[in-house]
Amino acid sequence: MSVTHHILSVLVENKPAVLTRVTSLFSRRGFNIFSLAVSPTDDERFSRMTIVVDAESAPLEQVTRQLDKLINVVDIKELSEGQCVERELMLTTVRADVASRGQVTELAAIFEAKILDVGTDALTLMCAGTPDQLDAMEDLLRPFGITDLQRTGRIALPRIPRGSVPVRLAAVPESA
Amino acid sequence: MTGAQALIKSLEMEGTEVMFGLPGGAILPVYDPLLESTIRHILVRHEQGAGHMAEGYAHATGRPGVAMVTSGPAATNIVTPLCDAMLDSIPLVVVTGQVPLSAIGSDAFQECDTTGITMPVTKHNWLIQSASDIPTVVREAFHVATTGRPGPVLVDIPKDVSNQTMDWYWPDAVDLPGFRAPQPPDPGLAREAARLILAAERPVIYAGGGILKARAAEALRRLAELTGIHVVTTLMARGAFPDDHPLALGMPGMHGNYTAVTAMQRADLLIALGSRFDDRVTGKVGAFAPGAKIIHVDIDPAELGKVRRPDVGIAADCRAAIEAITAAVEAELADTATIAPDRTEWNATLAGWQKTHPLAYDQEEDGPLKPQFCIEQLRDNTPDDTIVVSGVGQHQMWTSQYWKFNHPYTFVNSGGLGTMGFAVPAAIGAKVGKPDRMVWAVDGDGCFQMTAQELVTASAERVPIKVAILNNAYLGMVRQWQELFYKERYSEVYLSPDLPDYVKWAEAMGCVGLRVENPEDVAPTIEKANAIDDRPVVIDFRVDYREKVYPMVAAGTSNDDIILGPAEGEGGH
Repeated sequence: MSVTHHILSVLVENKPAVLTRVTSLFSRRGFNIFSLAVSPTDDERFSRMTIVVDAESAPLEQVTRQLDKLINVVDIKELSEGQCVERELMLTTVRADVASRGQVTELAAIFEAKILDVGTDALTLMCAGTPDQLDAMEDLLRPFGITDLQRTGRIALPRIPRGSVPVRLAAVPESA
Repeated sequence: MTGAQALIKSLEMEGTEVMFGLPGGAILPVYDPLLESTIRHILVRHEQGAGHMAEGYAHATGRPGVAMVTSGPAATNIVTPLCDAMLDSIPLVVVTGQVPLSAIGSDAFQECDTTGITMPVTKHNWLIQSASDIPTVVREAFHVATTGRPGPVLVDIPKDVSNQTMDWYWPDAVDLPGFRAPQPPDPGLAREAARLILAAERPVIYAGGGILKARAAEALRRLAELTGIHVVTTLMARGAFPDDHPLALGMPGMHGNYTAVTAMQRADLLIALGSRFDDRVTGKVGAFAPGAKIIHVDIDPAELGKVRRPDVGIAADCRAAIEAITAAVEAELADTATIAPDRTEWNATLAGWQKTHPLAYDQEEDGPLKPQFCIEQLRDNTPDDTIVVSGVGQHQMWTSQYWKFNHPYTFVNSGGLGTMGFAVPAAIGAKVGKPDRMVWAVDGDGCFQMTAQELVTASAERVPIKVAILNNAYLGMVRQWQELFYKERYSEVYLSPDLPDYVKWAEAMGCVGLRVENPEDVAPTIEKANAIDDRPVVIDFRVDYREKVYPMVAAGTSNDDIILGPAEGEGGH
């Protein structure tokens, strides 16, 4: 990922058309989305969007301030590299006949990928990693012949400050 | 109670006295309980008119304008006023009917994705799913429209939801976790602003429409008088600072006067209060006020740094921020160590420019009627607190230039979106909101033809507005650009002076129609119009089509390259 990308972790109300409101704002203001992942949170009232923004299309401050004006956007955090943990998931189907299957599974093992499906001349792999790791794996698999590939876009959470205990864990009663 | 009854009751609870609208299939259930409501309903002839009337009402009164129309084409017809209100930050609550929930998505008769279409032109919109949500949504809608930077909202109500029954309640508060009320101004930033103000040798206050939204005209006046700093008022801020004040410089921008434009260019400090560095003010951004530090006050944090990075940015309500800055200036001045800079030279420079570069036109006694002369005559023959409403184009610029706006909320126009046809319906809305004030629409002949049918509404509802058409038989501003920038190749701009016959048309719509062709008839005809108070009046002023709006800064050029008049406009431009 180039340095001009920023990761925004956006907490939104879990209501109809919220995703449309966010993406419509991006297109209307000429901001570019590099990747986008949306999922419910542990609180059913809210969803979390992890948006990777192409910061060259607009200053990040404009993006966050315009986003903040959306009524359904509750909170926006910029997750800067080093201060967050991030992962992305990739599924890919790779040609792997009798001759090459060994090499492909070896690569899968290096990247701690799982084999989800096996055919006579292809394998489907699942791998979770940082975007850089997935890029590397993709590059190494390409010579074998990638027939299908799908990545989720990254999800991220801020790192826990050193020495502190996450509130949610601390709140669990000791008897539990 | 039905959803429809709950909707009307909710509007009443929010203090709605007037709404503008037109019924149709999907909104039928809501029009039934309206018969028992205290709300006055103005039946328009086109839904766009309802939206602009609601805008005019909001402009003039400061209260949210309310409009109600049906689904499909009615909803799309009101998209233009929504966008207009979005760009000019006008509080508007629009209710639209929708096909029944069960029919949504089936391409039903008069179905359209209203919330989808209006998403980019509203602050927020709601598609109501259950009658029990109605009071909550209406309460939220008014809160969002009027809190922070004002703007339009839309509530879409499916027909079956209107017919459902619900148990009435009224929510004690709104629960919008993602919507925050504006914060008070940071005292530290106010102090920094005060220090910049006291250090500046060539400061200019750049007052925008936010002053009017924040009811901050009086606060602005105190700050200007305390510091002795001159004030430019943008198109959206005309009236926010009295034009007859010695510190008033008038309108800046593309058709601003020389002094206002050049004062900003040469300033060492711009104090932007509720203004947003619009391209029509800045000209080429890179060349705008190159030597100026910037203090920027706006209630919308996204405006700070959007176009020009401020040295001090204050995200707060304009009145609160101006009062904080004023207090900080007073505190600094109380400290005897503070020496206010000597601005004698700067003030003399400004006075000199005003003298050498006044706005000018030439009305010859027997020559063709000049539009500027008509506006000056209107100005001089109407009460000082007359509300003036304009459309968009040359007549709008002349009105802003030549009228003297000495009171806030006396100029209503479409600044951001530039909506032709705004004047007639907006004037009706303003007059409904302020029935005791004289309301004059100054319109162009092109604009008038877009929404004139609302004069039928005005006649039927006994809303006696007055309309001055500056009829130059052209789409005048487009003609001006074709003359100056397209080598006088006039393409599709001629309209004809007498097709339609504006006097007959006015009469057909229940108005008094008058016509003026000579300078000497202008004042007497205005007097005649002023004396009529039982119906609308339309005056067809036949004005000189060759007259252009000057000064002018050509689009995309620097404000330093201001064109003062026709002689300079020839040749290179």
